[in-house]
Amino acid sequence: MNVKTIAMAGTLESSDVSIVVEPSRNEGITLELNSLVEKQYGEQIKCVVLETLEQLKVKKAIVKIHDKGALDCVIIARLQTAVLRAAGVETFNWEEEK
Amino acid sequence: MAINKIGREIPDYIEGIGELKSYEGPFSVEPAKRRFGRKISTITPKQSKILEDIEQAIIETGLKDGMTISFHHHFREGDYIINMVVDTIAKLGIKNITLAPSSLNSVHAPIIEHIKNGVITKIETSGLRGSLADAISKGILEYPVKIRSHGGRARAIEAGDVKIDVAFLGVPACDEYGNANGHSGKSFCGSLGYAKVDAQYADKVVLITDNLVPYPNVPASIAQTDVDFVVKMDAIGDPKGIVSGATRYTKNPRELLIAKYAATVIKESGYLADGFSMQCGTGGASLAVARSIKQTMIEKDIKASFALGGITGQFVEMLEEGLINKLYDTQCFDLTAAKSIGTNPNHVEIDAGFYANPHNKGCAVNVLDIVILSALEVDTEFNVNVITGSDGVLRGASGGHCDTAAGSKLSIIVAPLIRGRIPTIVENVNTVITPGETIDVVVTDRGIAVNPLRTDLIEKLSKTNLPIFTIEELKEKAEKIAGKPKAIQYGEKIVALVEYRDGTIIDVIKEVK
Amino acid sequence: MLKLRRTMMYVPGNNPSMVKDAHIFGADTVMFDLEDSVSINEKDAARFLVYNALKRIDYEGAEIAVRINGLDTPFGLQDLEAIVRAKPDIIRLPKTETPQDVIEVEKVIAEIEGKIGIEVGTIKMMAAVESALGILNAREIAAASSRLVGIAIGAEDFVTDMKTTRSLDGVELLAARSQLLFAARAAGIYALDTVFSDVNDEDGFANEVKLIKQLGFDGKSVINPRQIDVVHDIYTPTDKEIEKSIRVITASEEALKKGSGVVSLDGKMIDKPIIERAQRVLTLAAAAGVYAIEGGKEIGY
Repeated sequence: MNVKTIAMAGTLESSDVSIVVEPSRNEGITLELNSLVEKQYGEQIKCVVLETLEQLKVKKAIVKIHDKGALDCVIIARLQTAVLRAAGVETFNWEEEK
Repeated sequence: MAINKIGREIPDYIEGIGELKSYEGPFSVEPAKRRFGRKISTITPKQSKILEDIEQAIIETGLKDGMTISFHHHFREGDYIINMVVDTIAKLGIKNITLAPSSLNSVHAPIIEHIKNGVITKIETSGLRGSLADAISKGILEYPVKIRSHGGRARAIEAGDVKIDVAFLGVPACDEYGNANGHSGKSFCGSLGYAKVDAQYADKVVLITDNLVPYPNVPASIAQTDVDFVVKMDAIGDPKGIVSGATRYTKNPRELLIAKYAATVIKESGYLADGFSMQCGTGGASLAVARSIKQTMIEKDIKASFALGGITGQFVEMLEEGLINKLYDTQCFDLTAAKSIGTNPNHVEIDAGFYANPHNKGCAVNVLDIVILSALEVDTEFNVNVITGSDGVLRGASGGHCDTAAGSKLSIIVAPLIRGRIPTIVENVNTVITPGETIDVVVTDRGIAVNPLRTDLIEKLSKTNLPIFTIEELKEKAEKIAGKPKAIQYGEKIVALVEYRDGTIIDVIKEVK
Repeated sequence: MLKLRRTMMYVPGNNPSMVKDAHIFGADTVMFDLEDSVSINEKDAARFLVYNALKRIDYEGAEIAVRINGLDTPFGLQDLEAIVRAKPDIIRLPKTETPQDVIEVEKVIAEIEGKIGIEVGTIKMMAAVESALGILNAREIAAASSRLVGIAIGAEDFVTDMKTTRSLDGVELLAARSQLLFAARAAGIYALDTVFSDVNDEDGFANEVKLIKQLGFDGKSVINPRQIDVVHDIYTPTDKEIEKSIRVITASEEALKKGSGVVSLDGKMIDKPIIERAQRVLTLAAAAGVYAIEGGKEIGY
């Protein structure tokens, strides 16, 4: 999926995460992580984010994350939402979801 | 280096602190000392105790480099006394002071500057919060802070482990000869339970008040026979920070769920019988438990002999309704409690030693049936942390946690299984304040674990429809939801020693990188 | 054992802190909502959130329902594509007016079930009726699909449609509630009552629950965990009812053992409806933890 515009998903409420996805000039993913639980879960969050971006076939993007202690499933959901919004895709291809 | 009974590494000796004894079990220390006695001094007839200001008081008491000063924490976040006194000490060029208050709050952040300029070099306290706590976690102090429980502090003072040279005690109402209480004045706080010990054991006692009343101010929490000087000031605290308004009942469904489970545990435990006693905290779940217990007491015509501890308006209400016979009060948690202690003879002020000193001839926690306590973390050995956050940084207080857990017949921890994403039940707590062998039941919103030592409770509770699990199962549940948290990386420097109530070291806290 | 649906708790689908553990409060069914509680701009976010939550969170056996947006909105089809793949127990349709509404959704569900390789018919359905037309069609709606396990009345939209408002005694809903119950009972499915919005009016809520229980509803929709215990308490049989039911069941089992077709207790004949009622009493009692069913026999619709 191609990130064409800046888009956001999620909130700064407890147990949620706010994710901003921006187009990037450079190849690859630039990840900015700011999390309440960085010391305990920082690496796991990065893993989940990169894995989700790969599944969404996002090759280049800037991803800014403000995490308020969201579970993995919330992070995935917010990232999917933000990426689809940034790519201007309105109909997700659910066929690929297992 | 020794490994103590709960498996923590404790150094044998720390430069500037001395030799350390390791924790061996809740009742393993046999005291073998005489009670400490303060220096005798005298006030002659016609001699006035009134001094101009704090500066004069510091000079008159003879405070010098290397001495220990003490304070109480009854003014909580509204306290002006500690900052004013330490600022003045700094102005007078006195250094190397040990600060030994009953506790410290966020309002005491200015102490950071006095650590940097060498005025304060050691701290002994029950709690640490805010930026002062952050700075200490980062290693700003040369010597480790000693964390003591309320009972442990009273013990240390009475045993002479802490020798207080000068106690500076803020008092809401005081006559000019030093009879003081917390019942009236704009800074009224109710009980002065923690200050009473300092007044009796410090070599010099300075009372600081914003409310000078006619002699004799009785009943007095602090008596004229213990007081050297009285200083009158315009303000000793911010009333807004001293007492909170009426405590509100929680509407948080998670807290209500925890409270429902905890109340059921209590009802099924057999301890809720006529003449029982209880203590509970100010957290939403704790108060909701008390409310539910109250309902059962009314339905089954059960009366409590006493309620203990920090007292809230809820207990005052129950006292007034005849459901509780007496309140034993070391500190008033809200406006209602602070008002009641001066007017209701059944609302009795007690000092910290009477409350929880393990080395006297029987403190109040020894006769306590039920206590409801909070936790930041609980490990699979039931050890409880209430002092460091999940990031390893100091942000809490030892308080009466380990005292009441050790003394009571039924100690219940109430906490959510997960906060945000952080599990409460973990393999290893960051810091142990209360040893697991004194904790009986852990109640979370997603299940209850009973200490395997309490086979009697397991038998009783397994007959109910409560969601009972092993503590390991609760830990796994939490990890399945949140993922396994990475352990916090600490540096080598020890920033705090956690003293158990008997004076042994139960844990150490290291600097956070 | 009879499946109880005393409480169906609404959980806004775009609220992570509620979605993550809504089941712990003990509702018989937890319903994640993609419809009215989610703003138009967040429909995509809520859909992804509920989808991922259902995929990854263990709701520990609680019955899970998801309320989708109607197929007449731009979101309904996408909701179904996502949610069927997340396999909740129940998909709930909002604002059902005709049996055709049910049939259309069922067709989509069946198609996706086929694609993802689960048995067609696995996912159950529930239909909410929220208009005069829906109430008049309730009988046909209730019988429209074998997937339907229940129908519910949504009162807020209904009273607006009826040009009235809700009152505490619920007189404006009496006919609709009754009609819905007839339809549910005739089709042999559950009947669920509407929400009570004023969470702080505990007495008003309790009175409404007593009313709908007496009318015959299986349960009530709740919007706050604090309402759950109130409903469950009211649906919990008294000791006297439990005791009588135990005696009825024991007598019927003994008669069965003896091969006798006639069951009698205290000299009175006991017929099938009395036995069924006794079974329901004991199931409700067991769920409330005031009675333990031994052996746990399968009964129900």
